[in-house]
Amino acid sequence: MRHLWYLLRLFISDFNKQRKKITLTIMAIAWGTVSIIMLLSFGEGLKRQLEAGNTAMGKGIVIVWPGQTSKSYKGLPHGRRIWMKPEDMSLIKQRIPAIEEVGGEFSRWGVDIRYGEELMGRHCTGVTPSYENLRYHIPMQGGRFINQKDLDEKRRVAFLGNETAEKLFKGEEAVGKLVYINRVPFTVIGVMIPKEQTNMYSGPDNEKVVIPMTTFGTIFGDVYLDVFIFKPKVSEDVEFAKREVYRVMGSKYKFDPNDERALHMWDTIETQQIMTNVLLGIQIFMGIIGGLTLLVAGVGVANIMYVTVRRRTREIGVKMAMGAKPRYILWEFILEALMIGVSGGFVGFLIAGIIIRVIRQIPIEDEALKFLGKPVVSVEIAVITAIILTIIAFLAGFFPSRRAAKINPAESLRYE
Amino acid sequence: MPLIQMQELNKKYNSGKVSVEALKDINVDVEENEFIAIVGPSGSGKSTLMNIMGCLDAPSSGDYILDGAKVSDLKPNRLADIRNRKIGFVFQNFNLLPYASAYENVELPLIFGGIGPKRRKSRVMELLDRVGLADRAEHKPTELSGGEMQRVAIARALANNPAIILADEPTGNLDSVAGGSIMEIFHELHRDGATLIVITHDRQIANNIPRVIKLKDGLVVDSL
Repeated sequence: MRHLWYLLRLFISDFNKQRKKITLTIMAIAWGTVSIIMLLSFGEGLKRQLEAGNTAMGKGIVIVWPGQTSKSYKGLPHGRRIWMKPEDMSLIKQRIPAIEEVGGEFSRWGVDIRYGEELMGRHCTGVTPSYENLRYHIPMQGGRFINQKDLDEKRRVAFLGNETAEKLFKGEEAVGKLVYINRVPFTVIGVMIPKEQTNMYSGPDNEKVVIPMTTFGTIFGDVYLDVFIFKPKVSEDVEFAKREVYRVMGSKYKFDPNDERALHMWDTIETQQIMTNVLLGIQIFMGIIGGLTLLVAGVGVANIMYVTVRRRTREIGVKMAMGAKPRYILWEFILEALMIGVSGGFVGFLIAGIIIRVIRQIPIEDEALKFLGKPVVSVEIAVITAIILTIIAFLAGFFPSRRAAKINPAESLRYE
Repeated sequence: MPLIQMQELNKKYNSGKVSVEALKDINVDVEENEFIAIVGPSGSGKSTLMNIMGCLDAPSSGDYILDGAKVSDLKPNRLADIRNRKIGFVFQNFNLLPYASAYENVELPLIFGGIGPKRRKSRVMELLDRVGLADRAEHKPTELSGGEMQRVAIARALANNPAIILADEPTGNLDSVAGGSIMEIFHELHRDGATLIVITHDRQIANNIPRVIKLKDGLVVDSL
């Protein structure tokens, strides 16, 4: 404790002698810290926005479209169309334990939906209750998603994408209202919460009209699934799960399990992984740029420390005469450099925190800026910045300190 | 066995092409409880000799044996230990740390020696009391007179009970009254059993010291 107190006063005494220089250097360190934090937190904000957009369609899912066989198999010719039925969903769930959840949909473009005198054409899907979680069809407060009972009783209930609800009801409460879908009356049971969706097939979810799969079949006469979705229990098992789906479906519909065109699969786990890696690369790049800014400030610290070592040469000699080991002298100067670094870092953290808070308050409507306008400071960013800062301050102190520790005491006592 | 033995000790300084011989074949023994004055004109090698005695500098050749240990072979860390435990320095310009109080200045060698806080406190107060400055413990050097500063420096030199006290012109920056009182303390320490070596210009001071070593051009001589 006594040591720290003593070092602090040493620092203050140096500060008083090089006030302007040390202040400027602390500001330089602060600026370097600000730039690292800003770059990293904008990167983090971008990453989170992109990831949110990427996973708004559903996280860890594989989307399957039945296709055409490209290989002849067991006496059957190639070019055969594969048709999947709703009962295949339970078959797959039963046969493949690696799969956690399945879902499927009938779908149709240009379905009329009318409320009062407001009429529009929409993409309509008939889905299973599992879509709530698989495809993030999350209802807003006061509403619900389609459940098993709706399916069993073929209820005429509709779940609306929030854009559709907005245009149809113009701010009016939608839940409980009667809408006409292709002239058949439906009760609205829920409206989807808004989401930024960057991945999609057949249009964004917020423009859709969603009804129970069984009701859909009754109205439009669909029998075969347009889309089938599954989610493996653990993302790492996705390749295995995909092979299993080919195997189980192949044996049922008689196609070669290696025929990848019989079923088209969109593996979002893979694309999300690639995205994550690209974003990590961007983060590292930004960290390096920020680090370089801080490195320049570190040169300033080293410069101050060299001046301090020269100015305190005689004092170093006195301390050595009193029995200070070279190690002690070394640490005394390194700690002083760290103190400059920590002061600058503290100011930098403070400034960056304020700037980020202010930016987050600015409402941004622009589509492109939405991705940049939400900087996020995470614990990781703070820790990484602190580590870079400490390393640079340490190095800035180390070389001047080593010079101090190597001073010949007899010569330094003669130094004026 | 003598406390200090110097055998055929040489010190050369090389600066570029010019090499200066600061000390030539010095043979000096110092016994315990001796009080020695080193005198000689400037440039005669007094300070160099003192630096070597104080383990601040190494001889170019020859042996320096301090308290049985051959110092010329030791590594920097061991030399620091020896300076800390066996040697007390008193300088002409005091060399106190300007931002630290008298108390803290005296405490410094105890910190370097790894003494615990409780023992440090009683030891520092004992030392300040001995030089008559117990009431000045919290004063900064700038708030003390020259004589008081030198007394703080003496207290600091005595901190770890050194085997030998080396003083380089301890009265050089003091008026004769303050200088006299400093020499008084040295004589007292000598009576109490300390070994002291003092560099001085002052003939009168040297005359009061039992043994005088005269240096001229790096050689020990009988008369100046």
